[in-house]
Amino acid sequence: MKVLTANRLSDGIAVWYADGGWAETVGHADIAHDKAAEDRLEAIGAAAGANNEVVDVNLIDVTVVDGLAEPVRLREKIRAAGPTIRTDIGKQANPQPARAA
Amino acid sequence: MYRYDEFDQDFVKARVAEFSDQVQRRLAGEITEDQFRPLRLMNGVYLQLHAYMLRIAVPYGTLNSRQLRMLGHIARKYDKGYGHFTTRQNIQFNWPALSDIPAILADLASVEMHAIQTSGNCIRNVTADHFAGAAADEVADPRPYAEILRQWSSVHPEFSYLPRKFKIAVTGAERDRAAIQTHDIGLHLKKNAAGELGFAVYVGGGQGRTPMVAKKIRDFLPEADLLSYCTAILRVYNLYGRRDNKFKARIKILVHETGVEEITRQVEAEWQELKDAELKLPEADIQAINAYFAPPALRDRPEGDAAVKQARLDSKSFSEWLDQNVETHRHPDYAAVTISLKGIGEVPGDASDSQMEAVADIAEKYAFDELRVSHEQNLILPHVARADLKTVYDALVEIGLATANSNLISDIISCPGLDYCALATARSIPVAQEISRRFASLERQREIGELKLKISGCINACGHHHVGHIGILGVEKKGTELYQVTLGGSADENTSVGEIIGRGFSSEEITDAIEQIVDTYLGLRLNPDERFIDAYRRVGPAPFKEALYAGETKAA
Repeated sequence: MKVLTANRLSDGIAVWYADGGWAETVGHADIAHDKAAEDRLEAIGAAAGANNEVVDVNLIDVTVVDGLAEPVRLREKIRAAGPTIRTDIGKQANPQPARAA
Repeated sequence: MYRYDEFDQDFVKARVAEFSDQVQRRLAGEITEDQFRPLRLMNGVYLQLHAYMLRIAVPYGTLNSRQLRMLGHIARKYDKGYGHFTTRQNIQFNWPALSDIPAILADLASVEMHAIQTSGNCIRNVTADHFAGAAADEVADPRPYAEILRQWSSVHPEFSYLPRKFKIAVTGAERDRAAIQTHDIGLHLKKNAAGELGFAVYVGGGQGRTPMVAKKIRDFLPEADLLSYCTAILRVYNLYGRRDNKFKARIKILVHETGVEEITRQVEAEWQELKDAELKLPEADIQAINAYFAPPALRDRPEGDAAVKQARLDSKSFSEWLDQNVETHRHPDYAAVTISLKGIGEVPGDASDSQMEAVADIAEKYAFDELRVSHEQNLILPHVARADLKTVYDALVEIGLATANSNLISDIISCPGLDYCALATARSIPVAQEISRRFASLERQREIGELKLKISGCINACGHHHVGHIGILGVEKKGTELYQVTLGGSADENTSVGEIIGRGFSSEEITDAIEQIVDTYLGLRLNPDERFIDAYRRVGPAPFKEALYAGETKAA
């Protein structure tokens, strides 16, 4: 299972593609369950990059825990939460899902 | 310290305007990321895990209070209230929005600062001994030469697209506090038998995936020839340095593959063409730059001896701080103070906005407005009257920056690691924090004595693990963090690269392993004056391997 992630151009904040837009949290990201869905996400990512909404677009592995997407690799877990050494900052400091512009 | 002249000010202003325009065009979609990336990197803007990161140059680590206050202001206004001091004596902000960076750069320019050449394949911020101008053992202040190199290397048209990044360090004392032998060019400022100033020149040092100790290619280069000789080195590198493989592109590989003798011959031959031309430094120009670094007027303050003696009796913690964090100054009534950014369990090198402002106030009141950033990620007050040490100490206690651990095991260099860095393969800061907590007892740390522990979160070695007495390298193995330990590295005048001691350790095991290494050292040292590195050089790895791996039937 994969989701599409990137950093928003204007402020560099990590975002995930969800429901036709870019969300600031990973939980409700659109999940690709097969190659065709991955290709679709990749095409969306390439278009968003070309359209200057986001940069550094990647597909990453996720699992689903309690109905929410959760990154598999530690690197992506940290990207999704914030620095493990400063839980007062980053997304973990504000767990409310927010919708990116 | 150095003050911008009109040329400098106009140059930085023009650069801010240029990059601001590039940012606006990028945000408007007029240029692509592929076009923009090299431009942003030339201006210190990286994209990391969570956000953009801005690396700001602190030339040869020298700051005044106004500049540090501005860094505090930037931390508060544009970032998340803190900054991270780095091993290149720079500062990084971890969360700036791209759209704010033009305003940040304009603020920086207002205090004679910038982020130019803090990234890219160019000559990076020139570093120097953080006690420059203050150290009792110094032959001469290395900073004027670092400044001359800064002026020469800034947007140098020939050296802006080198095969790879290029780092220069300068020291002015026999005791090397600037790790010059780990640099592409290391310069040791010294005097010859006739009393003239010049440099021993080292080339081809570096860390990363292929650590190399620099080779001395000239024992004495007259000061007037500094730029012509560096140009000769850079020309040889620019011509022959490998561009086919990023991992083999640093000058250390060229020196290694070509051989020291042949490289020296090539550099000397190139230099013969250059040495008597326009790059020869006129004495008047050297003097003019030197004048900027004239030491502050240090009036005699002989009352310091009695004041310090009494304060020592009154406060054990002050006394310990004096022993550990206060360095002998060339003026007997003064001292150089290390402000540790390594509080127990804290993030090495981080300082909050209010700490920066408070330290700026202390520097203004008690340290002739001078500050330094050390490559060991601490701040330095280079000139403090001994009579004022207790006052300064008390002020540092107030802001939580009086940890008396300079050069001890908790004075750890650590890269940002996987908590921030897009290149990292493992976390390094939490490892530093846990080791710091394990060895929290100052009494225990002092019993262990000088011990340089350095941690990197990937093979790029930003945390200098190769040259730590104990080095830790974090890697990813089968999806988890694994920490490899090296012993016997050193970054001083006897630079050495540490040796891998054996299989790596998990994040749960690594602190125990470090403790085991330290206990082994304590058990075998000849006496308390035999430092860890000296003991290791005497006995080699065997006792440490035995302690760590005895009983294991096979190597993992």
